[in-house]
Amino acid sequence: MEKAIVALKGVNKWYGNNHVVKDLDLEVAEGEFLTLLGPSGCGKTTTLRMIAGFEDASSGRIEVQGEGVDEKEPYQRDVNTVFQSYSLFPHLNVFDNIAYGPRIKKRPKEEIEQDVEEMLRLVQMSGYEKRKPDALSGGQKQRIAIARALINKPRVLLLDEPLGALDLKLRKQMQIELKRLQKKLGITFIYVTHDQEEAMSMSDRIAVMKDGIILQIDKPTEIYNRPNCRFVADFIGESNIMGGTVTKVEGDLLTVATPDGEVQTKGVGFAVGEEIDISVRTEYLECSSEPAGSFSLKATIRDFTNMGTVIKTSALTASGKELRISAFEQDENLHEGQDVYLFWKPEKSVPIHREQKEAKA
Amino acid sequence: MTASKGRAKGTNRLPLLAQAGPVSLWMILFVTIPMLFIIFISFMTRGTFGGVEYTPSLESYQTMMEVTYFHIIVKSLGVAAETTIACLIVGYPFAYYIARKPPATASRLITLLMIPFWTNSLMRLNAWMLIFQTNGPVNNFMLNTHMIDKPITFIFTDGLVLLGLITNYLPFAVLPMYSSIEKLQKPILEASADLGAKPSVTLLKVTLPLTFPGIFSAIILTFIPALGTYVITDMLGGGKVLYIGNIIKNQFGTIRNWPLGAAMSVLLLAVTALMIFLYSRFAKVEDMEVV
Repeated sequence: MEKAIVALKGVNKWYGNNHVVKDLDLEVAEGEFLTLLGPSGCGKTTTLRMIAGFEDASSGRIEVQGEGVDEKEPYQRDVNTVFQSYSLFPHLNVFDNIAYGPRIKKRPKEEIEQDVEEMLRLVQMSGYEKRKPDALSGGQKQRIAIARALINKPRVLLLDEPLGALDLKLRKQMQIELKRLQKKLGITFIYVTHDQEEAMSMSDRIAVMKDGIILQIDKPTEIYNRPNCRFVADFIGESNIMGGTVTKVEGDLLTVATPDGEVQTKGVGFAVGEEIDISVRTEYLECSSEPAGSFSLKATIRDFTNMGTVIKTSALTASGKELRISAFEQDENLHEGQDVYLFWKPEKSVPIHREQKEAKA
Repeated sequence: MTASKGRAKGTNRLPLLAQAGPVSLWMILFVTIPMLFIIFISFMTRGTFGGVEYTPSLESYQTMMEVTYFHIIVKSLGVAAETTIACLIVGYPFAYYIARKPPATASRLITLLMIPFWTNSLMRLNAWMLIFQTNGPVNNFMLNTHMIDKPITFIFTDGLVLLGLITNYLPFAVLPMYSSIEKLQKPILEASADLGAKPSVTLLKVTLPLTFPGIFSAIILTFIPALGTYVITDMLGGGKVLYIGNIIKNQFGTIRNWPLGAAMSVLLLAVTALMIFLYSRFAKVEDMEVV
């Protein structure tokens, strides 16, 4: 890893008896787009607020550019925040909002004017200088909030669910714009969200959090294709998760006995007799009216759901487990109530050790 | 046909009148008419035996501009201004402190602030007199600790009047400021700190401007009553220091110069109207919804 610009070392946060961040270690590289992803209450926002200085860590050390910041107040830290609630100053117009930071730093007036104009161009809001925040739409407010933070040229920008209040279409558009902005400026982004799609589409790395710990931190494709625990497999994308016992290990090919029959998967570090979970993405699960592949599970088609881009097929196995398949097209030969065979390519599934990391959480 | 048309028109009108009627009637009877009457009297002549002679004149207004009265008016405005400024300086930090407490604690603190107002105001004023009299606890304490050699006369001084005014009007200053500080959202203050502002800068550039409507309400709610008061100034000032309120009371009471009393009241009315105009002009326009 390149030089870490932000580093958290053994950071804990307690609210009374509530341990919300547990012994957290995290390093963020210069210029990286890192996302803290997790359900509400997982400690992601608290972590961000500790980096910004709005919360004090109960123990541990937080470094920005190699320097401990625990003693520094928020106004002394070289990071800026984009808030979920935008938090624009309602009594100031767009220009004065953006100029707030540079004016406090007493920079020359002409320079501030130039910079504000440049920021407005950057977020495509030129011509809105005189508007008051309450005359802006949600998306426009968020652009101004981003400009207001970026004008200070922070080394690190912290974003706390900045797109959470926007509607889906605008959110998708802003995701693309934010990612482009980050690439263009080369600023480190630490981004908090509970939206896994948002995390997947924007991040260089994702840290999946649950109950105050980071379960897995990796590139989006790795997180997607090689989840290291059941929670991550379930939280990111859509997976079918089946339990079973390893009965045979041949190289990296594992044969696993499940209640519905033997299946195969690929992975290393597993032993015969181990109870494991297997995660199969819905798009990798295949369905046929005849037995196919190296193994197959008998199931009955329950129903189809048209999601627009994909068709989801739901099937029930003999043991009563529901497995979901997503495909771009519906197989004309299949119909509800039909008996089918389900299978997957062993390399397209992931074996997962049972609940070791989560047990800690 | 015409009858049904007339009726239709009538039914159309009646609900409107029924809605606004009672309120308007109440306002006209108890506010507008007395006020117009006061204004009317102020332009009349003083009767020889204390009544009002209905011959128009500007006599009262001319009297008001005489040095004695003019001096009292200026002095009253000055004391009301001092009271207001003191209430703001003491009240704002207090309101801020309450507003940053959890709701349960805040409502308890506000109750504490209001408790003195459940007692009779004359009793409260008498209490101040007792505390500050020549052989009262304050003088005794200072004598015993040798801070002074002989008792200080507090009673019937401008200072005590001011103290009485401040303690009396402080809650009226605190409450509107509290409600506007309470509405101020924490992320706004965090955003200011995040952009590099020290707490003092945040106070000046964000907190004060955003709570300005509350401050202005506090000014109106202390300045106007402080300008018109006469009970506090009479009791703590011993009646020897005269303020507008005393004059109005005396003109309508013992002196029986109604036109002059009315003219003074019109002056108070004008000051009040001016302040409310300024309030609606500067304080209300600002949309305080935090975005």
